Amino acid sequence: MQLALLLDIGSTYTKGVVIDLEDLELKAKAKALTTVQDDVSIGIKKVLEQLESYGVDFDLFEYRLACSSAAGGLKMVAIGLVPELTAEAAKRAALGAGAKVSNVYTYELTAQEMERIVEEAPDVILLAGGTDGGNKEVILKNAEALAASALQIPIVVAGNKVVANEVKGILVSADKEVYLTENVMPKLEELNIEPARKAIRQVFLEQIIYAKGLAKAEEYIDRVIMPTPSAVMKAAELIAEGSNGESGLGELMVIDIGGATTDIHSVATGEPTKGGVELRGLAEPYVKRTVEGDLGMRYSLPSLVESIGQKKLLATLAAGISEEDLMTYLEQLSQNVEHIPENPIEAELDTGIAKVATKLAVQRHVGRIERVYGPFGESFVQYGKDLTGLKLIIGTGGVLVHNQQPEEILKEALFREKQPQILAPREAEFILDQQYILSAIGLLAEVEPFKAIKLAKKYLKRLGGKRK
Amino acid sequence: MEEKTVVLGVIGSDVHAVGNRILEEAFSEAGFEVVNIGVLAPQQEFINAAIETDADAILVSSLYGHGEMDCKGFREKCIEAGLEDIVLYVGGNLVVGKQEWESTKQKFLDMGFDRVYPPGTLPKEPIADLKKDLGIEG
Ligand code: B12
Repeated sequence: MQLALLLDIGSTYTKGVVIDLEDLELKAKAKALTTVQDDVSIGIKKVLEQLESYGVDFDLFEYRLACSSAAGGLKMVAIGLVPELTAEAAKRAALGAGAKVSNVYTYELTAQEMERIVEEAPDVILLAGGTDGGNKEVILKNAEALAASALQIPIVVAGNKVVANEVKGILVSADKEVYLTENVMPKLEELNIEPARKAIRQVFLEQIIYAKGLAKAEEYIDRVIMPTPSAVMKAAELIAEGSNGESGLGELMVIDIGGATTDIHSVATGEPTKGGVELRGLAEPYVKRTVEGDLGMRYSLPSLVESIGQKKLLATLAAGISEEDLMTYLEQLSQNVEHIPENPIEAELDTGIAKVATKLAVQRHVGRIERVYGPFGESFVQYGKDLTGLKLIIGTGGVLVHNQQPEEILKEALFREKQPQILAPREAEFILDQQYILSAIGLLAEVEPFKAIKLAKKYLKRLGGKRK
Repeated sequence: MEEKTVVLGVIGSDVHAVGNRILEEAFSEAGFEVVNIGVLAPQQEFINAAIETDADAILVSSLYGHGEMDCKGFREKCIEAGLEDIVLYVGGNLVVGKQEWESTKQKFLDMGFDRVYPPGTLPKEPIADLKKDLGIEG
């Protein structure tokens, strides 16, 4: 028998999954507090002890891999030129690399902005600006600003190729560590984020895991190979595409509702589904991840409630839940973000909040179509991805996995006749990651993609037929 | 010569695409780096494109008769965006029906366009003008 040990070192919990690689069975699962401040290996050790007590034979481990979102995840700042163009491209590259983007900066950095970046203390900076052959001054000036700053972190340079070496030179002569890669937007509105994603991954492996003490995990495992969001992304792509003759499930969306953020991944081209529609704006990545930092279930609950408005939130909840119930619950959660609903009212509140998070996060992820009224009639312009034809939605994250009616939450992702400009899926089948193993599937996909897709098909639970 | 970059597009809610493609062909042929943002293009997208690509000129087309409305404030926006020196041309069927050309032309010159072209202009003329305006020998 051969086994794979797949760990997800989260900010609060470390979770371990053991897969039997021959029978493609989920053999065991365990969970322990991460306690990253001290040493990630403590949490890992506890997980391993649990697994051992379940009878897992460690000598059978063929792979021992981990992903991590501990110690704040991979925190990045993206810098570009025009907000809708290179700055957006840089942001997408960072999100695509599994990073948490704390801020995006545009045009020339001001002294105040530079100070703010230092305060934000990112792990990595992605510096872009200008198409190839396009604007040079701004990226050069921004490189000088970064060079003069106190920052001592790796900088990935992915801007105008004409000045790439010059930018690198400015930074290197100020003792900054530079990873030079291809432009995120070599031509106007053309997206080229793969090279930057690879460079960020390299930085993660070469630097971040050491800087964050994750390398200590290597006492017990082979390697922390990627940030957790990348593992989920990888799983999403694999499940859509399939591998080595094992077919995938086709274009899909993953909804990952977490404590701090709600992440949406789509694996889809997003081409217009209607004729006569003009596509505008920056090209869309086939595998796209968006992160809503104001729509988490716990840490970011205050901003979530603010985004919707308390009255509106109450209106979406079941009758019988009072404003007082809501306030008490919110208060309780702010004291204890690990809180799990304890009674029907709390469960109902959790469901209600998750619905709102799902709805807003999907609305922000998908594209929109605008009717342009000319003096002589109308034409249509599409920005972003048209996902109206997408047929599959996968839900993951604690709230969904532990909820009694996950499909009720996932339904919120669907198209609304009242908002026809928002290009969300019209009807879709819902699938639940009921074993909470999506990141493990993503990790396994790195080494055994064929087995990983088989496993995904076996353990993801279909919640029933198409519904509207 | 150092390659000069021009941004091309059809402004506003205008969908006339044929002339735009012909201009793209002709300007590329003449040695320009052409960045074509296509039809239905808002002012802001011309400007964003010009900033990222460090363009030397913007060529605005308007065919459907509403050029005046769509082009209002274009030069001012360019100035705001730091493109005060960019060369701006406009052409197509700029106003509705057959109005007197000289007054139409003056209107667009007053708006800050450097050159204004009447309906049916062939690419040769603006190419020669642009080479002159950008100081390219040819
Ligand atoms: C084909 C066409 C259409 C097609 C367009 C298909 C497409 N996707 O391209 C369709 C059917 C969609 C259409 C729709 C409309 N059209 Co129409 N259309 C035409 C037509 C017959 C030909 C346009 C064309 O392709 N010409 C060929 C190209 C090569 O020439 P060009 O566009 O003029 O461009 C050249 C020059 O002008 C110059 N140029 C252009 N821009 C610039 C810019 C600069 C800076 C420079 C230097 C030069 C330059 O260079 C180009 C190459 O030489 C013209 C009539 C005509 N014969 O011009 C009417 C015409 C342009 N349309 C007209 C109208 C009114 C409309 C509609 C409003 C009709 C309606 N009531 O619905 C709609 C508007 C839709 C919209 N929102 O834009 C009018 C405009 C009237 C006006 N300005 O006063 C015209 C002139 C017909 C007419 N005589 O009434 N149209």
